[in-house]
Amino acid sequence: MEAGISRPLPGIEDRHAVPIRLTINGVERQLDVAPWTSLLDLLRERLDLTGTKKGCDHGQCGACTVLIDGRRINACLKLAVTLDGADIVTIEGLAQGDGLHPLQQAFIRHDAFQCGYCTPGQICSAAGLMAEGRARTRDEIRELMSGNICRCGCYPNITDAIEDVLKDRVSEPAMPV
Amino acid sequence: MRPFSYQRPTGIAEALRDASGGGVRFLAGGTNLVDLMRADIERPTAVIDINRLPLGEIEETASGGLRIGALVPNSDLAYDSRVEVRFPLLSSALLAGASAQLRNAATTGGNLLQRTRCYYFYDLATPCNKRDPGSGCAAKSGLTRIHAILGASPHCIAVHPSDMAVALAALEAEVLTTGPSGDRRIGIADFHRLPGDTPQVDTNLEPGELITAIELPAEGFADHYSYLKLRDRLSYAFALVSVAAALRLEDDVVAEARIALGGVAHKPWRNPEAERLLVGRPAGRDGFDAAARVLLEGSEGQGANDFKIPLARRAIVRALEQAAAATPQSPTDKRIR
Ligand SMILES: Cc1cc2nc3c(=O)[nH]c(=O)nc-3n(C[C@H](O)[C@H](O)[C@H](O)COP(=O)(O)OP(=O)(O)OC[C@H]3O[C@@H](n4cnc5c(N)ncnc54)[C@H](O)[C@@H]3O)c2cc1C
Ligand code: FES
Ligand code: FES
Repeated sequence: MEAGISRPLPGIEDRHAVPIRLTINGVERQLDVAPWTSLLDLLRERLDLTGTKKGCDHGQCGACTVLIDGRRINACLKLAVTLDGADIVTIEGLAQGDGLHPLQQAFIRHDAFQCGYCTPGQICSAAGLMAEGRARTRDEIRELMSGNICRCGCYPNITDAIEDVLKDRVSEPAMPV
Repeated sequence: MRPFSYQRPTGIAEALRDASGGGVRFLAGGTNLVDLMRADIERPTAVIDINRLPLGEIEETASGGLRIGALVPNSDLAYDSRVEVRFPLLSSALLAGASAQLRNAATTGGNLLQRTRCYYFYDLATPCNKRDPGSGCAAKSGLTRIHAILGASPHCIAVHPSDMAVALAALEAEVLTTGPSGDRRIGIADFHRLPGDTPQVDTNLEPGELITAIELPAEGFADHYSYLKLRDRLSYAFALVSVAAALRLEDDVVAEARIALGGVAHKPWRNPEAERLLVGRPAGRDGFDAAARVLLEGSEGQGANDFKIPLARRAIVRALEQAAAATPQSPTDKRIR
């Protein structure tokens, strides 16, 4: 077993490991996880899915946002062991082959990032927001995206990007989330 | 994070059995417990994951109210059409709290039991009577911007951070529990405690006792309510002061009033005397001012939070005006009208 920052004491991880089954970006995986491993650490440290970022590890920044059973969730505050049977989509799972997700395209089109650290969380969060169907106006987008902090202050362009995709979606209801 | 054993019971009896030892914590959404365990403030030796228990439904009660299962996520509760239509004060308070993704994980039971956001409670390098009983209170001589103005004690000046609980206090909800000594029904006013000389105890829940549901009585004050939350930024921040205001009017005269405050005390703050004083009077500024004065009787600043007293007074009046005019504070458009 590879070293991971979620391992507090040598050996204890293996003794306490609990088997779980997760579908991650469409791939089903059987994993043994120590109960204290967060979904975020599991993704980043063990599965090499480093697109999901760790900004604060306290639920305060949204950089770790992923979709669990279609709902946006902070991966840093979810213990992986509690998710047995869940379907998880990370930023790595949004594109269809070489075709970027409409939100990814819109973020590029609108220059909705600078350093890019918050971007995977912003895009996963925006995908969750679209699935929820609660945001119609720009104010609503801003309020319902407030769980994603951008230290580079790209908020106007992030809001533009999401607004753009939401508009398209109204005229094209069949678009996948 | 310290190691712990993990159980995932599927039945309530099994969960209570698992919880009968010491050092046990129930895990719901995890948005507070996991954070506190990582910070080494909560140190359970056994974690009981209650997410597979059958506590996820919202049901009608025989008396016309709603019974909300302890595991209903905050977002589902806020957007439930029965809650939106009949208890909009609760929807509004929920949507004023945390962020969309946190609300997706946070549960009804966990929200009530979230712990204070006092900086010193989180800082292991400083004394805190709530975290480490008898060690002292660093907040009293520290930064007090977010601290209590009502009901504090020499041992603790922390406030309870929940928005949902403030709305539940105004709606006079009841907390349904089950535990080693059987089933209980606890009025929300008796659920959280003032700190006194045991600030480590936030609520009157017993060790190993499980919240199963929250019950709302039929009266939801849907025509005249407002949840006004004032904070350091417009979203995704805890309340400095919040007000849940609810009125029942008959020809512009107050027939019934409820006012609960958040961000100012160790529990949602109510004073029925302030509410009674409004009854029979026109729904207007004079009465609202008088009610605010009574509600804030005995308030005391800690220095850096002295501003909360006039802020609370004005917020109470404004929230009551919004309620009376049927123009509740929008959770999206933060302009205060
Ligand atoms: C960055 C951030 C910002 C936030 N902002 C706000 C805000 O503005 N307003 C606000 O109100 N809240 C806010 N919150 C707090 C959030 O609402 C709570 O963390 C959440 O409601 C807790 O619910 P949970 O299900 O995740 O609880 P958990 O973390 O699972 O549990 C919390 C506690 O409750 C106990 N518990 C849980 N369920 C039960 C049960 N059924 N019976 C007995 N015990 C139980 C657990 O043992 C634990 O002690 C914020 C949180 C974060 C991280
Ligand atoms: S890393 Fe999870 S919210 Fe910041
Ligand atoms: S682009 Fe740098 S933090 Fe958002």
